[in-house]
Formats: sequence, structure tokens, C-alpha cells
Amino acid sequence: MSDILSTDKTCVVIGASHGGVNLAFALRKEGWQGKIILFDADPVLPYHRPPLSKAYLVSEDAIDKNALKSKESYEKDNITLQLGVLVSNINPEKKNITLQNGSQQAYDTLVIATGARPIIPPIPGLKEAKNVFPLRTAKDVSNIRAALHTSKNKRVVIIGGGYIGLETAASLKKLGVAVTVLEREERILSRVTAPVMSTFFQELHTAHNVPVYTNKNVNAVITNNEYNTVSCSDGSKYIADLIIVGVGIFVNKELAENAGISIENGIKVNETACTNTKDIYAIGDCTYHYNPHYQRYIRLESVQNAVDQAKVAAAAICGKNPVYNSIPWFWSDQYDIKLQMVGLSTGYNEVIVRKEAKENVFSVWYFKDNELLAVDAVNNAKAYVIGTKFLKGGQKIDKTKLADAAVVFKPNNLLAEE
Amino acid sequence: MAKITFITTEKEEITLEASTGSVMQLAVDNNVPGIDGDCGGVCSCATCHVHVAPEHTAKTGEASEIETDMLELDDNANEYSRLCCQLEISEALDGLVLQVAESD
Repeated sequence: MSDILSTDKTCVVIGASHGGVNLAFALRKEGWQGKIILFDADPVLPYHRPPLSKAYLVSEDAIDKNALKSKESYEKDNITLQLGVLVSNINPEKKNITLQNGSQQAYDTLVIATGARPIIPPIPGLKEAKNVFPLRTAKDVSNIRAALHTSKNKRVVIIGGGYIGLETAASLKKLGVAVTVLEREERILSRVTAPVMSTFFQELHTAHNVPVYTNKNVNAVITNNEYNTVSCSDGSKYIADLIIVGVGIFVNKELAENAGISIENGIKVNETACTNTKDIYAIGDCTYHYNPHYQRYIRLESVQNAVDQAKVAAAAICGKNPVYNSIPWFWSDQYDIKLQMVGLSTGYNEVIVRKEAKENVFSVWYFKDNELLAVDAVNNAKAYVIGTKFLKGGQKIDKTKLADAAVVFKPNNLLAEE
Repeated sequence: MAKITFITTEKEEITLEASTGSVMQLAVDNNVPGIDGDCGGVCSCATCHVHVAPEHTAKTGEASEIETDMLELDDNANEYSRLCCQLEISEALDGLVLQVAESD
């Protein structure tokens, strides 16, 4: 491809997190010779996000310890970082973007990697309350650390019992903070796991003296000079010096939407991460993309999706014909529990639990009839890799053998007889 | 200070120096091809797989259970396999030679 060898071409990337940064380096690897310019509103050298609610939250590390890449590696690959810069408009006809300061940047290829932003629900009093934080950026974490530092009583209420909320609870508990988690649904992690997993994590937190209350619909926050009172619709009240909100995200789709790019539950892209608009790609949390394995469009909030789509988009930009067909994977660390997940469990109608001899080592296998959809592995990397192998290979599993911990855990031992 | 040499799958030798951090971070910060470290070093992704030079296994010690489990079904794994996010840089690693593993 002559295009990629041309030094006159410019690839502009909006968003410099896992997706945008990996795209930039992958583009160089694929042979792109032109300019690569990354824009992000976040002023900090791009960093790993998953540790924000885990180890980083309770460390005293500076964020550069979590950098995705060193400053030098951008220089070495001639990738320009424009950090702390807000993009206000995309013009697909003129092929340029406008920055908040009014200046423009032309592009030959544009990649939208704008991610998502935390939802702050419209609960009366929440916005006005004292020390309310989402947890998505390095700044959010430094705000939380600072607020904890100055708080006398350090009582934290976390609204939302999803992964962010639960990881944050586990991390803060390590600091000796009094943490309470409030979940609106009847069980935590209800959207993404089977009841057996919800129960496991509920008990795990309870055992660590972190109460996790379900069916708690927060309907008001009242703040006095000293603290906030979080009220739920069942009449219960919780005192909070800090409130951390982890109830989900909004996709940052507005730039694309205003530019006339096709939107459907996110920025709609094809299997090469290309939008419906010429020379404009989109990757990561902000995309609604087709997954050939599950044969449907999905939106994923994960590092894996951001990184893999970045590689696919980079190859496509450089004239190759890649197809995005990754099987999603995720992880969560809470206390001494390492949860690894592979696949998407949506649509399951049977769950097989396999418990190993060691305490707190087990795996949950989600099936739709005889088809494996996903595996949640708790302190059990072996189950995670075996699950991954079956998901990729599509071989049928003998569920009875799977559930039997006496059957040695090897793929060949779990195969269903034809 | 430890000098660590990576041999890429293209047989390129890259020697780097550092005194702290993980071997994975050192590789990622210097764009060593084949070391991605997508999960940031928590043993969740296995994208930092290396083979320790057989004469250097005493420097690195043995792989932990989770490393072995993560690599168990990897066709490119062998007895010298490590996830280099689990290798903390210290003087003890000085002179270490690592072959970057092929990925599936």
C-alpha cells in the first residue's frame, strides 16, 4: 500500500487510553509512515485504568507508575501526544477536527477511541453532596485519596454493586475505611453473572466486614456541615463522608453523532472497526460492534476489546483485511480473590459449577443447551484457559465430567462423546 | 542495575538496563516486539510470555502456579516459560537472556 508508506499522511486518534494508545503503536508496527497524533482531554500520560479501583487506589504511587507506555516509547515511535486537549468537532467532509481552542487538525484517517464516562444518576441532592466521586480517571482517584486523607470519620458509601463498586470496596477496606455498598437490584453483579457468583461475592465482602445491601434504591442524599445521609426508598439511611458512584457509563458518542456517523447503542462499526463514514474508524468502549462468535452486535467495556479492536483497526488502515473475532475476556481482583472471565454469558440456560479441593477455587460454566457461552474462574487460571480453549474450539463438553472434581482438569477429559 | 537481553521472534537482540520495576514493563517501555502486557502486570492476559535461557533459570526462579496454569494450554510454552510481568528487576537478574515466545 502506497498510502501507509507515505510520510505525508496523518492519522488522528481521538482518545488516548487503552484503545487509542495501542492503535498508535500497532499502526507503526503495521508500517504506517505518516504522522500519528493522539488527542485526549486527560492531561496525564496515558495509563492503565483497571488498577485505578484496585492496587493503585490504595497505594501512594504516582500515576506514571501505571503508564501504558513510557514517554520515551512515544518519542521513539514518533507518536505525538496532545494531552489535556478537548476535541469539539469532527468534519468528515473537510477531513479535519476542531479543538476546543478553535484550531483545526486535518486528518487522512481518523480513529475515534473516546470511551465512556461515568453516569451520575439524577438522585436529588447527589450532585450537591459533599465528596461525591465517580471512579474512571487518575484524577478521580487522586480526589478520592485526598478526600479520605482529610476526612475524620472516613465512612464511605458506594452506590452500585458492579465490578467497579466491589473492587473499590475491597481496596478501601485494606485502608481500614468503613465501607458500605448499596445495590439497586436484588443481587450484585446481576447483569453479568449467575446467582452463584453474586452470592459468593456478597459473602466474600460480608466476611471482610463490608456490608453489601441489595434492593437499595437510593432516592435522596441530604448533606449537612459534616456528612451526607444517603436515603433509600425502603426508608433506610446510611451516613457517608464520601460517596463513590459506580452505576455504569454513558458512551462518549456525541462527537461521532454530530458528525453524522452511524450510532446504535454506541458508535456502530463493522468487523474491521470501520464506521459507516469513509476513513473513520472507532475502537474500544465506545463501539457497538459485531461479534462473529456470538453472532450479534455487542458493546463491551474492557481492556481486551480496546486492545484487540485497536490491532484490527491498525491492520485495516494499513490495507490488510483483518476481522475482529476475539472472544471477550475480563478480570477482577477483590481481596485475595482473582476472578477471570472469558466469553459472554448472556442467554445462558444452565450453569455448571466445578469446585476444586482447595477452598475458594472454583469455576462457573455458562451453557445455552450444549453450547458453552462463558466461564467465570475464581482463583482458577486453569479453568480460565480450559474454558478459553473450548470457547475457541467449539468442542462439546460432558457436563457431568466437568462438574466432577475427581476428573482431572484437562480438556481431553471433559470432551463429550460423539 | 541489571542488564537484560530480549531475543525477539525475529531474532533481534535488544539489551536494556533497569534497576526497578517488572521485566514486562521494561520491555513495554522500550517497544520490545511480542511483549504487550495488556493487563498491566497482574497475570491475567499472558501477553508477556518469555522463555528464560536454560542456563539462567537459577536467576529467575520457578514460575508460580498461576503462571504455569495460564500457560498450560499454550502450544509455545515449555519448562523455561515465564510471564515476565512476574519477574521483578533486581541485581540478581543482571545478565539475564530471555527469548520472546511466539504467540498462538
